[in-house]
This record gives sequence, C-alpha cells and structure tokens, in this order.
Amino acid sequence: MSTTTRTGSDVSTSNNAVLQGAGKVVGFVDQRIAANNWLKRNLRKIFPDHWSFLLGEIALYSLILVLLSGVFLTLWFKPSMAHIIYDGAYVPMRGIGMSEAYASTLQISFEVRGGLLMRQIHHWGTLIFIAAMSVHMLRIFFTGAYRKPRELNWVIGLLLLTLGITNGFTGYSLPDDLLSGTGLRIIEAGILAIPVVGTYVSYFLFGGEYPGEDIISRFYAIHILLVPGLIIALVTVHLMLVWYQKHTQWAGAGKTEKNVVGYPFFPIYVAKAGGFTFIVFGFIVLMSALIQVNPLWFYGPYDPSQVTAGVQPDWYVGFLDGALRVMPPWEFTIFGYHVTPSVLLPAVILPGVLLTLLALYPWIEQRITGDRREHHILERPRNVPVRTGLGVAFIVFYILLWIAGGNDFFATTLHIPVNWVSRFLQVSLIVMPPLAFWITKRICLGLQRRDRDKVLHGMESGVIMVSPEGEFTERHSPLSAAQAYALTAHERPQVHEAGAPTDANGIPNPNYKHDRRRARISRFYFGDVIPKPTREELEHGHHGHAELEAHSGSDATSDQH
Amino acid sequence: MTTSKSEEMSYPVDHPEHAGELEHRAPAGDPIPDPGLHDPGPRYTDVNPQAQKRADRQVAGMFGLASILIIASIVAYVAFEIETPEGVPNVGEVQVSNFALGMTLGLALLLIGLGAVQWARTLMTSPEFAENRKPLVSSDEVRQATLESFNTGAEETQFGRRKLIRNSLLGAMALLPLPAIVLLRDLGPLPGDTKENTVWAEGVRLLTDVTYQPIRPAQLELGQLVNVMPATYRDLPDHGPAKINERAKSPVMLIRMLPEELSPFDDRENWHVDGIIAYSKICTHAGCPISLYERTTHHMLCPCHQSTFDLADNGKVVFGPATRPLPQLPLAVDNEGYLVAQSDFTEPVGPSYWERGTR
Ligand code: HEM
Ligand code: FES
Repeated sequence: MSTTTRTGSDVSTSNNAVLQGAGKVVGFVDQRIAANNWLKRNLRKIFPDHWSFLLGEIALYSLILVLLSGVFLTLWFKPSMAHIIYDGAYVPMRGIGMSEAYASTLQISFEVRGGLLMRQIHHWGTLIFIAAMSVHMLRIFFTGAYRKPRELNWVIGLLLLTLGITNGFTGYSLPDDLLSGTGLRIIEAGILAIPVVGTYVSYFLFGGEYPGEDIISRFYAIHILLVPGLIIALVTVHLMLVWYQKHTQWAGAGKTEKNVVGYPFFPIYVAKAGGFTFIVFGFIVLMSALIQVNPLWFYGPYDPSQVTAGVQPDWYVGFLDGALRVMPPWEFTIFGYHVTPSVLLPAVILPGVLLTLLALYPWIEQRITGDRREHHILERPRNVPVRTGLGVAFIVFYILLWIAGGNDFFATTLHIPVNWVSRFLQVSLIVMPPLAFWITKRICLGLQRRDRDKVLHGMESGVIMVSPEGEFTERHSPLSAAQAYALTAHERPQVHEAGAPTDANGIPNPNYKHDRRRARISRFYFGDVIPKPTREELEHGHHGHAELEAHSGSDATSDQH
Repeated sequence: MTTSKSEEMSYPVDHPEHAGELEHRAPAGDPIPDPGLHDPGPRYTDVNPQAQKRADRQVAGMFGLASILIIASIVAYVAFEIETPEGVPNVGEVQVSNFALGMTLGLALLLIGLGAVQWARTLMTSPEFAENRKPLVSSDEVRQATLESFNTGAEETQFGRRKLIRNSLLGAMALLPLPAIVLLRDLGPLPGDTKENTVWAEGVRLLTDVTYQPIRPAQLELGQLVNVMPATYRDLPDHGPAKINERAKSPVMLIRMLPEELSPFDDRENWHVDGIIAYSKICTHAGCPISLYERTTHHMLCPCHQSTFDLADNGKVVFGPATRPLPQLPLAVDNEGYLVAQSDFTEPVGPSYWERGTR
C-alpha cells in the first residue's frame, strides 16, 4: 500500500559520541512506537520569546522543586497526632508534650543534615510557586491570552491556582505547630458557618470534635497524594494544550494571526528553558540558605488554648484573613438556626464568587464584545481599557484585603487605633476599586493617544531645535516601519449599534430591548477607545514633523507582499 | 549568518463559519502595512571569533565552577555536624550547616542554569523562524464524517429504541454514587450535643493552667488575669482525642475587678465572686484563644481578627467581626474556700454554627 520504505535504521549523522548515543535512543524508540513521526514535526517547533512568557515557567519549575523536596520530607515526617513527650535533639523542647507530627518536623530540622534546607526549599518553593502562578494569571488576563481558543487553559490555570493554594494550606497544617493549628481552627469556623451541613462537614473532616486526632493524617493523604496528583495531571494537560494550540505572540512586524514567530524548540528553547529551570532551582535554594521561613521551633507545639500575637499566615491566605478582619459583625437566625455572614461571607462566599467570576470571564467578555473568533496575537493592556480597568480594580480589591490581613501591623507601625485602620479599609474596599477602574481607564486612553501621536508625528527625540526665526521645537524622530506597525496592528473595535425599534414597515423589533442593552454594554466596553490613525490621516500628518517612512525598515527581508 | 524566513502564508480558511475569521487584522484603511519579519543581523559572537572564544570559555567556566560547588556541598555535608551527643542547645549549628549546604548547592544550580542560557544566547546559531498555525477546528468533511460515524454507532446500539435498557442503565448509574457517599459515613461521629457541652459542671474546681493548682479568691489580685482549666480536664487521659478536644473548648480566663465596675445582667448578679469573673477564652468569631487584656478598659482583644470584648459588661463585643459576647462561666466558692463553677457554660462556646440555639 504504502511506498514509504521503513528500514528502521538509526539516524545519527554526527560523529560525536554523545549525539550518536542520543541518535541510537531515538532510533530504538522509533522502531517501537514510530515516535519520529511526532518528533519530526515537533523538534523544531517554534516558540515566541518574551519575558512575560517566563512567568508560567517559573511556576512550573518551582513546582518541580516542591515535589522533589516534598518526597524528601516524607522519608522522616510522621503524620500522626499521637501524644508524645519530646526527647529529641533540640534541647529547649525536651520534656514537652507534643504530637508525633511536630516532633518529626523538629527531627527533620535538627537531626537530619540538609533537612532544614529541604523544609525551607519546600516552603519557599511553595511561596514562589503560588506567586508565579498568580502573576502568570495576571499576564494572561491583561493581554487577553485567555480568548478563544485558549479558554480551557484559562480555567485549568485557575484550578491549578486553587489546588496550589489548597496544598499550600494543607502542608502548612502538617507540622502541627502553634501557627498551623491556629490557621486550622479558623478553617473550622469557616466550615461551621456553612448553613445546614457545616457542623456535619466539620465532624466528618476532623473525625469528630475539633481538633481530634485524625486531621493530620487525613491532610497528609490530601497533601502528598490527592492534590499533587491532580496538579500534575492538570499541568500536563495545560502544557499539552499550549503545545498543541501554539503560543500566543505580541503584535509586530512579520507576526500575524496565522503564524508564530520565534526560535526552534530544539535547541534554543530546550537550552533556555532547561537553563531557566536550574536558575529557578538555584534561586529557591539560595533563598532557603539565606532567609529563614516558618521557624516552627519558636512557635511550639499546637495548643488550642494558646496563640501567638502578630504572626501572619502565608501570603496567599492573607487576603482571606483580611476579609475576615474587616467584615461587620453580622449574624442572624431563621427559625432558631444560625446564619453567620460575618464568617460565611469572607471565608466561603467571597473566594467562591471570585473564582466563579474569574473562570467565566472569557465567556462574559465574548458575550459583551460578540467576538467569537480565534485570537493568537496578544492585546496590549492599553488597547482594551475596560478589561485593564477591571483587572486593576480586582488587584486593588485584593491588595486592600491583603492589607486588612495585617491591620494590627499597620496600626502599631502608624501608631493609630486598629479600628481606624479597619474602618478605613471597609470604606476603601467599596470606594477604591471603582476609582481604580476609572483612573486606569483614563491612563489607558492617554497611552492610546500617545501611541497615535507617535505614529503620526514620530517619537520625541529630546533634541530641541531653534529655527532661524528663533522658534523652539523638539525634533521628532520617525518610527521605524516595524515600530509603527506594532503600534497599529490592533483591531478597531466595533461598538455594537442597536437597530431601530421598529422596522421599515413599522413592525416592532421583538429583540429591540435586548439589542439596546447589548449596545449599551458594548459602548461601555469600547465606546471611548481612541481610533488609531487611518492611512489618510497619516498622509496628512506628515507636514512639519519628521516623516514616518513606511519603508524605512529596508533591512526587513519581507517576502510577503 | 542569521537569516529570517517567513514562510508562504497558506492558512486554509475554507470553513464557511470561519471564513475570513483570521483576516480581521489589518483591515482596509490600516495605516501601516506589515513590513515583514525583521532580520536582526549577526550577533557580535557570530562575526567575532575572539568574542566567540570568550563566550565559549565563559560557559565552560560556569559549568566547571558548578562541578566544584557540587563537590563542596558534599564536603559541607560531612564537615558541619548538626547534632552533638548532648543535643542541639540552639539553632546555631543547624544554621551553619543549612547555610553551607544551601549556598554551595544553590550556586551550583544557578551556574548550570546561567551557563545553559548563555550558551543559547551567544553561541547557538538558530535563526528566528515563522511557522504557520494550523486551524484549530476540523474541516467540514471531517466533521461530517465524524458525525456520521457517531450516528452509525449510536444507531447500532439501538439506544434510542430500547427504552427499557436505557432507563434501567440510567437508574443504575444514578444510584452508583450513593455507596461512595455512604462509605464516607464513618469519617466521624455525628455532632450530637458535644458542641454544647464541656467538662465544666457544678462544683468543678478552677485549676491554674499548666500547674493545676486550685484557686482561693484571696489569691487573685485586682486586675490580675489567670488562665484556668476545669479540674475534670486534668484527669482526662493524655492519649486519645478527649483531652485535646476539651482543651479546644474549656479554657477559661479569670479576672478580678472591683465589684462596682461590673454591670452584670440581672440573671448574672451572682455569677461573680467579689468581682472575680470568668469567661470562655475561645473567641466567638472563629475560635482563636483570646489573649490580650487591657486592664484599664477591661477590654479583651482577640489577636486573630481584633474582635474586642468588654469583660466588665458581660463579655459584650465592642469592636470587630465577632457577633456574640464571650460565654461567661458562673462562679461560686466550695466549702473548702476554692473557686468552683456553678454549672457548665450556659451557651455553646466558640464560633457560631447552624444548629446553635436549637438545643
Ligand atoms: C503543590 C504542591 C505542594 C505544596 C504547595 C506544598 C506545600 C507545603 C507547605 C507550605 C508545607 C509546610 C512546610 C514547613 O514549613 O514545614 C508542606 C509540608 C510538607 N509537605 Fe508539601 N507541598 C506540596 C507537595 C508535596 C508533595 C508532593 C509531598 C510528598 C510527596 C509533600 C510532602 C510534605 C511533607 C511530608 C510535609 C511536612 C513536613 C514539614 O513540614 O517539614 N508536599 N508542604
Ligand atoms: S477569632 Fe477572634 S476575632 Fe476572629
């Protein structure tokens, strides 16, 4: 049937021993699963380059380090809440009653060489993992990279962030020290606040009353098996989708919706990404060598009747802690049953609502813009002011909650009563996000105007010239064609116009109301956008200032036109 | 030597539904035509053999230094003992070992990474390429064929016609999750009345926490605050969850004020002993143990979210997210003159929950 010859001979044209060895391996695999069909297409796959594309990579590499260091910790850690009297190496704690979990964490820290380092790597790795995921997500949001066809990866990414935070929290609880226990107790209160089933869920989770003796072994199974398993599975799908759908790219000369411009996977990306892996590893290990994190021998074993003041949770739960702090004291009863929005709202409803809104955003935006086309070119945040404004409003809201999580810290540093700080934050949480939205939108529009000026009149060169008449002008240097193209390659958004309420024959349009609402939302989204210059404007804009030479990029070997 | 290629654009936009979809960029009237892929020209190292040699040595140097640091980390592992026969009196030794191991390993990793990136940036000769995107939707023919295959298969099951099979299967599948849920039943006992009760009871002595000494009213000075536990707690077994669970709900703080400073509710007139008054230590907001007492105002602050309670005024909330006053423990003196509880708390301690108030 097929005329293809299948000799199965190994391909290794190189006379270098290492490369020949690699060639043999490839040959071996190919003869078993015809892998070269795939390799041939993918070895030289193109990946675009930009610093902001590294954020996701940082998340991936720190995850790898967290997984590796976690396995090391399991070799000594005992997930048991059985009560023992400590007689280990750390002298100040000798004779104190504690759980086996806490004792084994002390053992890892004080009796295993490199154990403390691994604990700190695991903890710093987690903090960076979650931070990198968060910033990566912001990058995706502000550049519109979540648009079709990448909505699935947006949702998967959100799930990964949630799972990462979950695992961070369960891990934080494992050592059973005073801080982790306090965090757990607040989680219990959040669960108890769930109407109808809360008490039961809490009793099932803790194996009875709080804290019981089961929670650590249960969290252990979740922490080292269930959630990491899900994370690894989802990361795999995430990366497969990136690979298959190909990376997005910034607008620029030679870059279109139909191509992807960059460097080949092998060797450039392999070397850069491989190198970057080690750089991330190196940074986390150095941080762990230099900066102490979670020194739980200071806190002591968990005792539900004690608490240390002024200690903050890990950064990624700070916003929830802050939300709990600034909630007004609301509680009411219906038919004798208690509902406590004071806890329910910040601990359960707030994260739920935030996640749902974020997950649905790609589709919400599609509804508003009516744009259901594929997009592979990223949008500059300034060119989509409403999205950017919403994103900044979200960040401001989040940061305010995060600040609220340290309201006592701010009160003592600023020497003001803590209730002033709380009141201020309560008001700010309502006022500041809309304000941030408005300001951001204005800034975006200003930047758009500047881009327009740049295209029309060139860039301000900083060189002041005096004309023979004594007039001062600043010389404007022309943009290169590539620069000008990058500034104008975005779309002109179309504001949806509502149709007439009645058609030509006076028959009322049944969709008129809906249509008008759509038009209003569309105007909100796109209405103020500064139009980019047209060709005519450009031709007229030439007078006076330096010219923009559309063909100044003579070095570009363009064979497209 | 670096060449730029941008391959012939041949995006198949044959799909009616998507026709023109990817053509929307650069619509007519756009000011600047795409100038095409830009050739950055050769890098310094591409044309300058001297620079090439230098880059070569740099990269190899980084990899070489990494090897040395890796060996050094093994030396550090052996050289810095962290445990002495007498134990570790402080964190110092451990931190020296941590520092030595972390610095050597961290720098080694960093150098390997920097070396690889430097190699890629300065010496690898790959040019920039443009690669076509494939459409992320299948062609009409393929769609049609898939639909047909599916329909044929579905037809062959006769799923649509065999209603009995279909419904019984759906029924079985709907029931299947139930055992999975039922099997989780033994995760924990039902709450019962455990949340409403503690080991405080009539006549139970108040013992100082940790040292377990009974307390006479005269021992308590004005403004003094003492953490106490019920005598019944001391006798619980160390092993098993009973003791720690009780520790999560029984802790009480005992404060002495002037009797005239107190403004008890009518039914609490006799809950204090000469101005000595007792409250649950468990915050009614989210269950943190409360700890910061301000003597002059009689305010008690929870360090977790700053709920503040007025201990002179029945534990009322004066600030913060807590919704309910601190439960008060009614006090009395037994015939040997020690402080005892009149009863258990008259309401559940700790954070609110759905059934609270129904028992
Ligand atoms: C997404 C992945 C993970 C995250 C975010 C994470 C996070 C954490 C955190 C924050 C801690 C507290 C560390 C401390 O300061 O002591 C912890 C403890 C722990 N983790 Fe993980 N972890 C992850 C995956 C794993 C895996 C895969 C394992 C093992 C297979 C593991 C094993 C452990 C063990 C045994 C502890 C308790 C020992 C100790 O705290 O020293 N972790 N984890
Ligand atoms: S637990 Fe006391 S204020 Fe939240």
